[in-house]
Amino acid sequence: MVDTAVHHAEYGHHTSTGLSNNKLGMWLFLGSECLLFGGLISTYMIYRGRVGEGPRPGNVFDIPFTSVSSFVLLMSSLTMVLAVAAAQKRDDRGTTLWLTVTGLLGATFVGGQVYEFTAMYNEGLGFTTSLFGSAFYTLTGFHGVHVTVGVIMLLSLVGIIKRSRVPGDKAEVVELVGLYWHFVDIVWIIIFTLVYLIPT
Amino acid sequence: MAIIERPAPVGAPALPAPVTPTRTYGALRRPVATTGWKSWVFTVDHKKLGIMYGAVAMFFFIVGGIEAVLIRLQLAAPDNKVLTADVYNQMFTMHATTMVFLFVMPMAAAFANYFVPLQIGARDVAFPRINAFGFWTLVGGGIIVNLSWFLGGAADGGWFMYAPNSGPVFSPSNGVDFWALGLQITGIASLTGAVNLIVTVLNMRAPGMSLMKMPVFTWLQLVVQFLLLFAIPVITVALFLLSFQRSFGATFFDVSAGADPLLWQHLFWIFGHPEVYILVLPSFGIISEVLPVFSKKPLFGYPFVVFSGAAIGFVGWGVWAHHMFASGLGPVSVAVFSIATMAIAVPTGVKIINWTMTIWGGKLNFTAAMHFAIGLVVLFTIGGLSGVTHAVAPSDTQQTDTYYIVAHFHYVLFGGAIFGLFAGFYYWWPKVFGKQLNERLGKANFWLMVIGMNLTFGPMHMIGLQGQPRRMYIWTEARAGEGLFNLGFWNRVASIGSLILTVGVLLFLINVWKTARSKQVAPLDPWDARTLEWMTTSPPKEHNFDAIPTVRHLDEFFHRKYAQDSVTHEIKQVSTAEDIVRDQEANADKHIHMPSPSYWPIILASGLPVIALGVIYAIPVAIVGAVIVVLALFGWSLEPSTAPETDFDPPASEDGTKELAPLG
Repeated sequence: MVDTAVHHAEYGHHTSTGLSNNKLGMWLFLGSECLLFGGLISTYMIYRGRVGEGPRPGNVFDIPFTSVSSFVLLMSSLTMVLAVAAAQKRDDRGTTLWLTVTGLLGATFVGGQVYEFTAMYNEGLGFTTSLFGSAFYTLTGFHGVHVTVGVIMLLSLVGIIKRSRVPGDKAEVVELVGLYWHFVDIVWIIIFTLVYLIPT
Repeated sequence: MAIIERPAPVGAPALPAPVTPTRTYGALRRPVATTGWKSWVFTVDHKKLGIMYGAVAMFFFIVGGIEAVLIRLQLAAPDNKVLTADVYNQMFTMHATTMVFLFVMPMAAAFANYFVPLQIGARDVAFPRINAFGFWTLVGGGIIVNLSWFLGGAADGGWFMYAPNSGPVFSPSNGVDFWALGLQITGIASLTGAVNLIVTVLNMRAPGMSLMKMPVFTWLQLVVQFLLLFAIPVITVALFLLSFQRSFGATFFDVSAGADPLLWQHLFWIFGHPEVYILVLPSFGIISEVLPVFSKKPLFGYPFVVFSGAAIGFVGWGVWAHHMFASGLGPVSVAVFSIATMAIAVPTGVKIINWTMTIWGGKLNFTAAMHFAIGLVVLFTIGGLSGVTHAVAPSDTQQTDTYYIVAHFHYVLFGGAIFGLFAGFYYWWPKVFGKQLNERLGKANFWLMVIGMNLTFGPMHMIGLQGQPRRMYIWTEARAGEGLFNLGFWNRVASIGSLILTVGVLLFLINVWKTARSKQVAPLDPWDARTLEWMTTSPPKEHNFDAIPTVRHLDEFFHRKYAQDSVTHEIKQVSTAEDIVRDQEANADKHIHMPSPSYWPIILASGLPVIALGVIYAIPVAIVGAVIVVLALFGWSLEPSTAPETDFDPPASEDGTKELAPLG
């Protein structure tokens, strides 16, 4: 017993479950996030028909456009997988390359969302126009903030890897960001289906 | 400090502080103080954080208590003018908010922080810096919630803040904004704490400690942390929607703008009902430790206590709408939630039976802790029974928003949660501070609290069923009724009871003060305890255990002290706590790495209240807060939680007898 429990756990070995603390922590956090989006999606589903004097969902959604940006976000999950695979092979160049691509695809999605919000605003759907507007901007806005945080994490990680400043296990850090990224992606699949594809 | 020296032999002078990390990470060097206020403010030690959680919670207990006494003084006489209607509204809102979010939850977190790692034989929690962050976040949230008293009036919509009371028409001050944002911040503290403690319990158990060998307190804390993990995000959504409504003009809860009047109620109670188990299960855990120790028997039916705790955790998600029976949910919903609510009484009843059977036939030792534990069993049962009457929907519609409800939840929260916490104070005080609280004062403390609480909350059953509405701020003699049901008489009784309660709590504070001044050191194992946290010095060393114990039994410490004679089947003492601790010291682990202190948790936490103030007053201030948060996150990420060995000063002594971090 030269080493100790704390010491082991720090580097992801010999925990009681065999899972590293960081990974288990991330899974728990994502479990909690499910309830956050659950609450927001429920609120939207209750309010999506309450348009008041404002535009109806069908009038402001540009489904082809959002489909393309959704496709971009889905592809970013693929590049994230490639980044994790490269990190596990200790291939720093590949890791930073795919992390950068993932970050840029994510940024493209956020840019698309900004464009979409602007277009909707110009068509008369403000945040306070109707309950539908408030609930829509709140739900998709929360998701957009999550993607933005993810993009910042990805690009920061690129910088940190390039300067060799990653504390702990590099491959695991990339994987943790990957878990978060895939989660945000999956949530978008649900939001896209419920908000855009199912008619009111 | 980061690296631990070999423990000094008994009687020898303490060794100087360990060597210090020298490398700079990001913008700031690591804090290295081992004494003074810096060693507390920047600590990541779960024990120091536990004590700080306890101190802050105690402060808010006093604040919430003063608010309660003011409420009772206002109702002590007809047409009273102690508080105006407006201030009265703020008082009961803040009393409940303070007691729930700033006393019981942080105090349970104090016990969890301090004792969960010790009970599972770990040296710290899984994420020590997140632990420190959680504490400072709680402090920031508590300040924001209470700051409203000085900035135009506190929140006044009741602790569940139903619309339209939460809207600007009925609550024009900034109180509700402070309330929503402050609770948002304390929610972050609870959420990070939940992730941290779940990972700690699942991942950091000592070798041999399977889940079913864990102490019950740790088990029930695990259930509580899962409840927090899934309940907090729901209130987060509700509070965001409320803040967006009040600060940015949305109309989520404004019925006149077409909103659903029940949306807030559903979101609030989906959080709110698990919340009541979040409040009471830690206390159940505490008395499940206290009762066996002072009955000299193992806990009766350990697996039943564990699984009924988990069952409460599951069923607790399916009963929230019993808070809303009067809102016209429709017969199907009412029937489903009514039955689910009755069902949850079953696992709770299982626990009561288990505790009773634990005491049954035991060699009872009536210490102050035991008094409080038995007090919990009795008082919580009364509160539980009145709770079952709420499950019956037709009866509940008569009770809704009357003092009968107030009586019920004070029996379960005061008689349940708070009595359990007091049992914990008296039981674990010698462990945390190395000194025992005075038992005689403790028993006086108990009796005054029992008498006070029954006088205060007992009569509320009667006046509630007679129809006195909850939150009524004034009453007149002319309409008080006659005879036994004169609500004036019973309100006076309740107010006198609240003063007796106050004296009881004061006795506790006097006891703490006297104990702090006393020089008398507690024995190592004053209660002949059963679980791992007693298998180390009191107070425990920074690294908790010199050698991490290998666990073979439930109640491992008991099994190391006692063994059954194979012929006579008598239980005989084979070892003492002193022997066991001495043996551990002799076989101490070498080279213990402990997590290093950090500036980042408190810096990160300090950004959140700034954001809250910015949202209320001026958005640029919020941006400053956000910048603090982002910078702190970067500083945090670049700093390894445990300083590597290469970062430390060279050995302090030339001859090599005191090498880097030797232990053993």
